[in-house]
Amino acid sequence: MSWAETFRIAAEALLGRRMRSLLTMLGILIGIAAVMLTVGLGEGARLEITREINRLGSNLLIVMPGSTSGSSPLAGATSLTMDDARTLADPSVAPDIAGVAPMMSTRANVQHDAERTTTTVTGTTTDWESVRSRNLVDGRFFTASEYASSEQVVVLGPSTAAALFGDTPPVGGAVVVNGQAFTVVGVLEAVGANALSNDDDLVVLPMTTMAQRLAPPATARTLSAIYVAATDDASISAAHQQISRALVVNHGTTSADQDFSIMTFQALMTAMNTMTGVLTTLLGGLAGISLVVGGIGVMNIMLVSVSERVREIGLRKALGATPALIRRQFLVEAGILGLLGGALGVALGLVGAAILTPALGIEVAVSLPATLLALAVSLTIGLVAGVYPASRAAKLAPIDALRSE
Amino acid sequence: MSALLEMAGVRKTYATGAVAVEALRGVDLTVDEGDFVAIVGPSGSGKSTLMHIIGCLDVPTQGRYALGGEDVSSMTEAQLADVRNRRIGFVFQQFNLLPSMTAERNVALPLMYAGVPRAERAQRAREALERVGLGDRTHHRPGELSGGQQQRVSVARALVTNPTLILADEPTGNLDSRSTTDVLGLFHALHDAGRTIVLITHEAEVAAEARRVVRITDGLLTEETPAHAAGAPVAKGGTP
Repeated sequence: MSWAETFRIAAEALLGRRMRSLLTMLGILIGIAAVMLTVGLGEGARLEITREINRLGSNLLIVMPGSTSGSSPLAGATSLTMDDARTLADPSVAPDIAGVAPMMSTRANVQHDAERTTTTVTGTTTDWESVRSRNLVDGRFFTASEYASSEQVVVLGPSTAAALFGDTPPVGGAVVVNGQAFTVVGVLEAVGANALSNDDDLVVLPMTTMAQRLAPPATARTLSAIYVAATDDASISAAHQQISRALVVNHGTTSADQDFSIMTFQALMTAMNTMTGVLTTLLGGLAGISLVVGGIGVMNIMLVSVSERVREIGLRKALGATPALIRRQFLVEAGILGLLGGALGVALGLVGAAILTPALGIEVAVSLPATLLALAVSLTIGLVAGVYPASRAAKLAPIDALRSE
Repeated sequence: MSALLEMAGVRKTYATGAVAVEALRGVDLTVDEGDFVAIVGPSGSGKSTLMHIIGCLDVPTQGRYALGGEDVSSMTEAQLADVRNRRIGFVFQQFNLLPSMTAERNVALPLMYAGVPRAERAQRAREALERVGLGDRTHHRPGELSGGQQQRVSVARALVTNPTLILADEPTGNLDSRSTTDVLGLFHALHDAGRTIVLITHEAEVAAEARRVVRITDGLLTEETPAHAAGAPVAKGGTP
């Protein structure tokens, strides 16, 4: 007997008990849909975090003054200097560092004609653009020569530019920062706000200019942070060690009482991924239990089906069906129940994902491999659930089967 | 005529609980090709057990049984299924038709297990149904047919594979007298066409139709002279 024949008979048997087949599939259907949605939600959250971190720069390290572990965190608040930035930029000291952007930040009033706003003003080097992976929508970043000669030029964040200039093109325009006149040379591309900072509302200018014109004398030589870009994602921990070593030497402290701290986005990302991973596994596992229950449902109904069809099985055997063929028949039936339940579950999962994505604001990520895996799992569940009923059917003695009324 | 069915010293013991019941206690039986044999006996005589062994639905505990020269007493279940498929056409008391299938597909069922392609199966099933006079009922389901018609469908199913042996187990047990005559007429026609028929029954009138009658009592066989061959009345003790 051909496989096509086996499938045809199985399909007829299932269609002959349509309602029961549907109800039997329900367990697997709900299980697959639930697993798809929870895993999809976890995956969506992970993608969201990754996107956010990549936007900030996944290879970025931030060196901040002050210790996070020392007894008085404010003790070293002025510990970072331009010397430190220069040390880190030296490839012989820190070979895994690609770029260093020392930063000196303050809040300041910025004015253009009648429009005024208060925002973060950051003095930095030309490396800032690449270290922070920022692009410009208009104009250019300040140049090395402008930096060297402390020119009064600024680059505006897109929100700041919009607030001050409205619809007029800002490049070439004049702004006044804390009473000093500056020329706008470029406007940054928007990256959106995040939990850490609003990277769209800011003014960037050469640090040399900042130190001379804007910073209070007491803080003119200290940095508020140094942004460091590692050569790639893999060299972050190497860069971390190199920074640590170099700054401990520079400051003449030991690693136990270091007066700075280093933060990496990758550590943050790893922590968040671990958290979402644990949550996903937990919820997915709960949903997986319903799959197991669904499998038991299939086994139960297949057993009922076998005892209902004892006469049919006996007749088929009398007419020449071998035990192997009978087993195959029932396995295929159980497999179809599993696979069809899984397919309907995938359909329900897709609908659920389409509804939940806008409702929750988090993408419910449904991937093709995950979908295929779900189908394979549901087929396997069906087959495994069918093994015992099928072998019961195969073992029925034809005379006992024919005798039963 | 050569022997189609040879049974020697066949015993069958069932272990029901602690007691072992010996249903067959050394049966010797030979059926020649083209013969029409009735096996009669009261219930509990081992009649059904003998039918199961002849039909290769069960194997003897002891003794030898050969069907068409093949020793089936030590075959595996799968081999027995193949022998049943190729050599035996069953007619059951309960018809045993699958209610969801049309007459044509019921008749074609053994051909499916024989691996005959679908189109040929349908063709042969229709021919078999025509032979039993149901050429116009091929697409009826069992529920839409009378008892006699259902039994004729199962006769068609029994002969569709051209089996060496047609084995009927109380084929008229569930039929009225008119349908009984009908079905027995079919068996005669098949016998005349050269088929070997073994018919198991407890009705003397039915047994009387056969050429040879074998009586089974308490698991042992005794040969009987068919009533009509001896010119005697059919029913024992029924005549004045």
